[in-house]
Amino acid sequence: MRSPDLGAATRSKGEPPMRRTVLEVVGLHRAYGGVRAVDNVSFTLAEGRSLGIVGESGSGKTTTARIVVGLERADTGRVLVHRRDRTERRRGRVHRLARAREVQMVFQDPYLSLDPRTTVGAVLRETLRLHFPDADHPRRIAELLEQVGLGEREAGALPRQLSGGQRQRVAIARALAVEPAVLVLDEAVAALDVSVQAQILNLLADIREATGIGYLFITHDLGVVRCVTDDVIVMRHGRVVESGPTAEVLARPSHPYTRLLLDSVPGPGWDPRSIAAARRALSDSP
Amino acid sequence: MTAVLTRRSGLGRIRTARAPLHRICLGFVALVVLAAVLAPWLAPDDPNAVDLGDALAGPSAEHLLGVDAAGRDTLARLVTGARTSLLGPLGVVAFSTLAGVAVGVTAAWRGGWLDSVLSRSTELVFAFPGMLLAILIVSVYGEGLLAPVVALAIAYLPYVSRLTRSLVLAERARPYVEAYQVQGHSGLQICLRHVVPGIAPVVLAQATINFGYALIDLAGLSFLGLGVPALTPDWGRMVFDGQSAVQHGYPLSAVLPCAAIVLTVVAFNVVGERWADQVARRDR
Amino acid sequence: MTVLDIRAYRLRLPNTARPVLAGVDLTVGARETVALVGESGSGKSLTSRSVLGLLPAGAATEGTVRVGGDDVLTMTPEQLRRLRTGTAAMIFQDPRAAINPLRRLGDFLTESVRLNGGLSAEAATARATEMLDAVGLPASVLGRYPGQVSGGMLQRVMIAAALMGDPALILADEPTTALDVTSQAEVVALLGDLQERFGTGLLFVTHDLGLAAAIGDRVYVMYAGRIVETGPAEALFARPRHPYTAALLASTPRLDGPRGRLAAIEGRPPGLRDEPVGCPFALRCPLATSECTRQAPELLPVDGEPGRRTACHHSDRTGEATADA
Repeated sequence: MRSPDLGAATRSKGEPPMRRTVLEVVGLHRAYGGVRAVDNVSFTLAEGRSLGIVGESGSGKTTTARIVVGLERADTGRVLVHRRDRTERRRGRVHRLARAREVQMVFQDPYLSLDPRTTVGAVLRETLRLHFPDADHPRRIAELLEQVGLGEREAGALPRQLSGGQRQRVAIARALAVEPAVLVLDEAVAALDVSVQAQILNLLADIREATGIGYLFITHDLGVVRCVTDDVIVMRHGRVVESGPTAEVLARPSHPYTRLLLDSVPGPGWDPRSIAAARRALSDSP
Repeated sequence: MTAVLTRRSGLGRIRTARAPLHRICLGFVALVVLAAVLAPWLAPDDPNAVDLGDALAGPSAEHLLGVDAAGRDTLARLVTGARTSLLGPLGVVAFSTLAGVAVGVTAAWRGGWLDSVLSRSTELVFAFPGMLLAILIVSVYGEGLLAPVVALAIAYLPYVSRLTRSLVLAERARPYVEAYQVQGHSGLQICLRHVVPGIAPVVLAQATINFGYALIDLAGLSFLGLGVPALTPDWGRMVFDGQSAVQHGYPLSAVLPCAAIVLTVVAFNVVGERWADQVARRDR
Repeated sequence: MTVLDIRAYRLRLPNTARPVLAGVDLTVGARETVALVGESGSGKSLTSRSVLGLLPAGAATEGTVRVGGDDVLTMTPEQLRRLRTGTAAMIFQDPRAAINPLRRLGDFLTESVRLNGGLSAEAATARATEMLDAVGLPASVLGRYPGQVSGGMLQRVMIAAALMGDPALILADEPTTALDVTSQAEVVALLGDLQERFGTGLLFVTHDLGLAAAIGDRVYVMYAGRIVETGPAEALFARPRHPYTAALLASTPRLDGPRGRLAAIEGRPPGLRDEPVGCPFALRCPLATSECTRQAPELLPVDGEPGRRTACHHSDRTGEATADA
């Protein structure tokens, strides 16, 4: 298994030197009853880079993401953003807001992650009022909407009047409004049509280039991972089974599970029967 | 929303998708409310003016709906009685809804031991039949509208709080609540600004339905002679006073307030049920 | 032998400006896997549901939908019941939503053939055991509840249920979308095996182009209620003849495609309130000319490629579109 310090791997390829580490996850453990949902997970994310977490259902990738964001608590382990430990959840408004400015999230379901009774403009205004009460709100709202490819018309619309792609854009704008260091995207394009997915992925790439935000991209879709991430970790049954630069892991996987995942993607030469057999063989071994 | 409103079986079946009945009921509700508000100007006579010489007379030019056993004009009493007959249920519904929502939201939002304590306490109140509780309290505190109103409000509180609790639990599980938490809003802010307004339509629909039931219960109390003092024009009380009239073969002064109660309750129920159906359809 | 023959099928719903399905022609033969590909709003799910007569309220139809020779659109309720029990069966996308969680799986499997197929309880249970074996599940599953089995197993139970009536045609509406990618491979392998064994025709509805290319013998691509292209799977994806197919391929993130930015299609498909004149894809099409906005193209054969048809005025130029993307 490759080293979890992905910064080192990329530096050796002649990348710009010494990107700061923005997110560091060390030894996360989380168990529900007897089941280990997250089992000794560690990784780092450098500023402006995109890290993909790939796995199937039950792999622990979503739980890991939720722990990083703060919606769940880890049993042990630490999550550090800009070297500050966010796992010790100190109460109080100041700490709550500071934690929000570290990590933000875009959820999978565009239909349920927005309050159906609040207009788009009001959503952004709420966020700005909370974090930047003295800023010029109308100007900033217009800026954010433009950044995600929406306009005046959408600003006054309710979520049910928007398409899935538009709602995801609103969710991205809302996350960006906080100006976080890390953006967690939990299967953020899985519920979208192929053509809309492509638009959103391009948008996310543009935003990363413009703002230097770090992305933590949770997905089960290897095609998306290849397109949008610099590095990737593969999770299975709560553990990290493989990690490294995306291009390498997908071209030369070393773990049999990664190979199984790659083979399972339909394409030329796809043989579902041998995949089914390989899957059964793999599940017999721990 | 999968939370189901509490509807008693008999009246709950008076449901309609056809507009005319709903519109008629809405009109009737408006009529009754108007009568209650404008009673002093609408009533043809002083509702308490006694005219024993004319006792138990039938409808005439002077008394459009006849008089009761003490010679008081039935129409005037009906119109004036609308006030107390509606005021009581209004008090019951207002108090039970406000308190019930507060209890339900707190229990669902905080969860844990607070939820257990609140839920078990409200279940205790459930066990008491509302009327009996009311009778108990009235017998302790004597006559007057306040005692039965408070008693019934306590009896109705569990229905509202249970409904609110399940609604809030469902809302809390929706991703947008988590999204707001991640954004940095405090739990209280999210609860008050987003969750409560979201569940308000359903709770208000239930409140409208409760209004009808409260009317029946309060009228029942008045009929038993508890509740409002003897001289107050109040529909339930009028039925109580009219018992002797019925025995003498002049039922109008008892039947009319009865009809008024029944029609008003049905009207409120139809309106409330229709609202509840609309809310349920909208949320799908 | 053709098990499904849809000709000139149009479907109109009340309060919409354009027909939801505007002329669908589709055939499925015995032992054939036909993939129907489209995005949401293309009408692919409605098409597959129409085959079983599952039309939304107020729908007005034209054309014919023949299953085994009989037109579904003119069937009586009794005939429809017989069709759904024995001739054609559907596998739905989300097995947890399509199976009653409060009844045992044995009940789910045997209910239809007991009530409508005239089998006795023993015969039905015997057949259910046989079908479970065919999908690779033990007979003990009969006594379990849906909540006690995994999503992949539940989908296999659904497939077994579809086979209970010995259908000539199976309609699969995105059967693997809710499953993990490794379970997907298993389910697809299973469907392939069963097809060979029982000789059924399979209409596989999906939005996943890669999957359609890998499993379909023939593919139909739908857009805005119309078939815009059809042909043998390999040829269609190697050299698409319709700009929408080409654009869809270019915007799909693939393992063997280029990294970085995808060639996304601008804009959105026409909603039901828009009434497109001419080709519905014209507003988003890189090859569109004034002819395209005037005249809707017909689904016509492509020269030199047997079995392929495309609805485009400029099908000869689609090579240019893919090269630019």
